[in-house]
Amino acid sequence: MNAAAHARHDDGPPTDYLSDTSVASWLLTTDHKRVGILYLISVTLFFLVGGVIAGLMRLELMTPKGDVFSTPDTYNRMFTMHGVIMIFFFLVPSIPAVLGNFLIPLMIGARDLAFPKINLLSWYVYIIGGVMGIWILIHGGVDTGWTFYTPFSTMYSNTMVVTAAVAVFITGFSSILTGLNFIVTVHTMRAPGMTWFRLPLFVWSQYATALIMVLGTPVLAISVILVALERFFGFGIFDPRLGGDPILFQHLFWFYSHPAVYIMVLPGFAVVSEIIPCFSRRPIFGYRFIAFASVAIAIFGFLVWGHHMFVSGQSMYAGAVFSILSFLVAIPSAIKVFNWTATLYKGSLRFDTPMLYALGFIGLFTIGGLTGLMVASLAIDVHVHDTYFIVAHFHYIMVGGTTMAYLGGIHFWWPKISGRMYSEIWGKLSALLVFVGFNLTFFPQFLLGYLGMPRRYFEYRPEFQVLNVMSTAGASILAVGFLLPLFYLGMSLRRPRDAGPNPWGATGLEWQIESPPTTHNFHEPVLVTCGPYMYSPEEAEREYASQHVHHA
Amino acid sequence: MQASTSTMPDEGRQILSSHFDDLEQQHLSSNLGMWFFLGSEVMFFSGLIVSYAVYRGLSPVAFELASRHMDLWVGFFNTLVLLTSSLTMAFAVRCSQVRDNRGIVRYLIATAVLGSAFLGVKATEYKKEIDHHLFPGPHFVVPGHDAEEMLEASKGPDGQVNHEVYRHNLGRFQMMFVFYFFMTGVHAFHMIVGIAAVLIFAVLAKIRWFSGYGHTQIEALGLYWHFVDVVWVFLYPLLYLIG
Ligand code: HEM
Ligand SMILES: [Cu+2]
Repeated sequence: MNAAAHARHDDGPPTDYLSDTSVASWLLTTDHKRVGILYLISVTLFFLVGGVIAGLMRLELMTPKGDVFSTPDTYNRMFTMHGVIMIFFFLVPSIPAVLGNFLIPLMIGARDLAFPKINLLSWYVYIIGGVMGIWILIHGGVDTGWTFYTPFSTMYSNTMVVTAAVAVFITGFSSILTGLNFIVTVHTMRAPGMTWFRLPLFVWSQYATALIMVLGTPVLAISVILVALERFFGFGIFDPRLGGDPILFQHLFWFYSHPAVYIMVLPGFAVVSEIIPCFSRRPIFGYRFIAFASVAIAIFGFLVWGHHMFVSGQSMYAGAVFSILSFLVAIPSAIKVFNWTATLYKGSLRFDTPMLYALGFIGLFTIGGLTGLMVASLAIDVHVHDTYFIVAHFHYIMVGGTTMAYLGGIHFWWPKISGRMYSEIWGKLSALLVFVGFNLTFFPQFLLGYLGMPRRYFEYRPEFQVLNVMSTAGASILAVGFLLPLFYLGMSLRRPRDAGPNPWGATGLEWQIESPPTTHNFHEPVLVTCGPYMYSPEEAEREYASQHVHHA
Repeated sequence: MQASTSTMPDEGRQILSSHFDDLEQQHLSSNLGMWFFLGSEVMFFSGLIVSYAVYRGLSPVAFELASRHMDLWVGFFNTLVLLTSSLTMAFAVRCSQVRDNRGIVRYLIATAVLGSAFLGVKATEYKKEIDHHLFPGPHFVVPGHDAEEMLEASKGPDGQVNHEVYRHNLGRFQMMFVFYFFMTGVHAFHMIVGIAAVLIFAVLAKIRWFSGYGHTQIEALGLYWHFVDVVWVFLYPLLYLIG
């Protein structure tokens, strides 16, 4: 064995991963848990920036006339930056890079990810891309929308498209590296006895996500680089005057970006699949179905990009095929929802904060998914295309789904990450505010869109005002809901370490070790002898009693 | 193969990283990581190749005329150079398995030389094309005889030139060069990275940095090198041979 392992025994009890507080030790760390924390901090900052812009946009939309931003141009730059930041710098990295980094090695009984240095590198790459993004924001922004549609982006826009394309390109590498690391880790670093079908569902989902990251992201990279080159040199790949075809860009872009929707939501499934069994005290229903459904979604996700292009002039047959395929991809998602519901059914439910978030996730994701089926039907999409119906739909999936799951996960594993319990009352309040604020913000937008309010406009017809005011009011409640955790989780850090190894009575290797974990995670070699989610009703009784004491 | 799993502490550095249980696991991880990375690279190039195929299918005349400007024999020569470099790379990997340190150094240097030769030839090709204003952009000029042929091809059944089709063909003629420069350029970039890595590895082998002669790392490098060659084996017929 190596020298470090021996040294640990001689120097008394090993210290936890947080104990070295020097800045250098953080910036040069290769510990997957610390890299996870680095991501936690940076992702939170980007979420705040994106959120402030969202707030400004909602203020603008409170009245039918433009009054916050001086010109429609400014508004265009705002929604583009909001979209770019939220998608590429918040949603895509959030659950995988924060929770995945922290948990995957712990869950499979490994000391670290397979490539710890590459893991740190991926954070730096992400930061470089992010700094470029912020730089763009300060220096005028981009007005193409986060989709960079050609030929607007290549010919007409007079904003910083090239810089934005390069920033997205760079960030893409960060997710490729993270994905690569996860795939290899799951293949080679599992502890003895940790067979594929003993993996927690969290790991399965992250594995499927990683596949999409590795295979989809390069296609996005190539398409944004082509946009940049075309702008720079006046090539003609997308420019119709030079024989190019702007629709090609849409094909390349959505070939990544539809699967990317699953990059965003599969990790959400991952978190929920851990929380639901724990707080229902039941083994998850249909473990294998859920595991396979993740992989199926990853594969199917690559086949449905054309549903973003129903009105782009693609042939009717292509439209019909993409429409049918899009319905198919809903099946594995529905399987998951049914399995969670079946797990909840007859479970002895406990409504702690993570559970509230997880239940919120199921509700909002279901609405987002059902309206997804609506827009996957050719005829309806033609009616609601580029209206607020679409805005509501994707916010239900992404904010309602992914962000809820992310917050649920942060609350669930916070005791493990920090060693502290947070205030349960404030936690529940934040979950409630997010849920209520969310629905008030985005449900009116379904109606607005159906009535014909187009998206990406900063003025609108006066009859839409009532619903818009509701939406803005909801957004302010939502903002409070999002900000609260920052305070009470922050406050919890000032308490002594009170969480103990396993505050929720959960199964899984990560709960077997102390909170926060030591640098090398496990003191003794791990041997896994049974599958995940061994919750039983009797145990539920016992846990329930003891937990109440603990929380008081 | 067996040799790689036993360490020889007195030779070179300890290369087992502390988060792995044994060299076997480390070796497997490195290999798998490289394979998945290459899978990612395949998707990168396939985005380009599919777009290329679509446009070529839509405008065969323009693409064919454009590809006649590539020198088939120069490309063929370069293909041979690259395939030879794959061979020397394979020898270097073999040497690392049988722990022949001098062999590693020798074959890695041969590989780097062949790779540089490839790039040199490519550079002369680029120069020729740029001199003929075939680099896409504002200075692009469609050579007269090609323009004539495309004009001919743009005639409808009534013998009249359809100017829209003609202009379209001119555009697609330039687009072939966009693809040519971009795809071979990205490939060349991969070559440059590869050559740099090969040289670094040669130096590391020379100073005996690796224990067990760095079997794992050299194998990963070899995979990368072969991959870059395979990409060329696809690009060559696509860009040079269709004319
Ligand atoms: C916190 C509350 C939020 C509010 C009030 C909000 C509001 C808005 C508004 C007003 C638009 C412009 C719609 C249009 O005119 O087309 C928009 C677009 C968008 N939002 Fe949000 N948003 C919020 C959170 C989020 C989050 C958390 C994400 C992702 C994680 C997100 C992703 C997007 C995207 C991708 C767009 C499209 C941008 C584009 O069209 O280029 N939003 N949002
Ligand atoms: Cu889609």
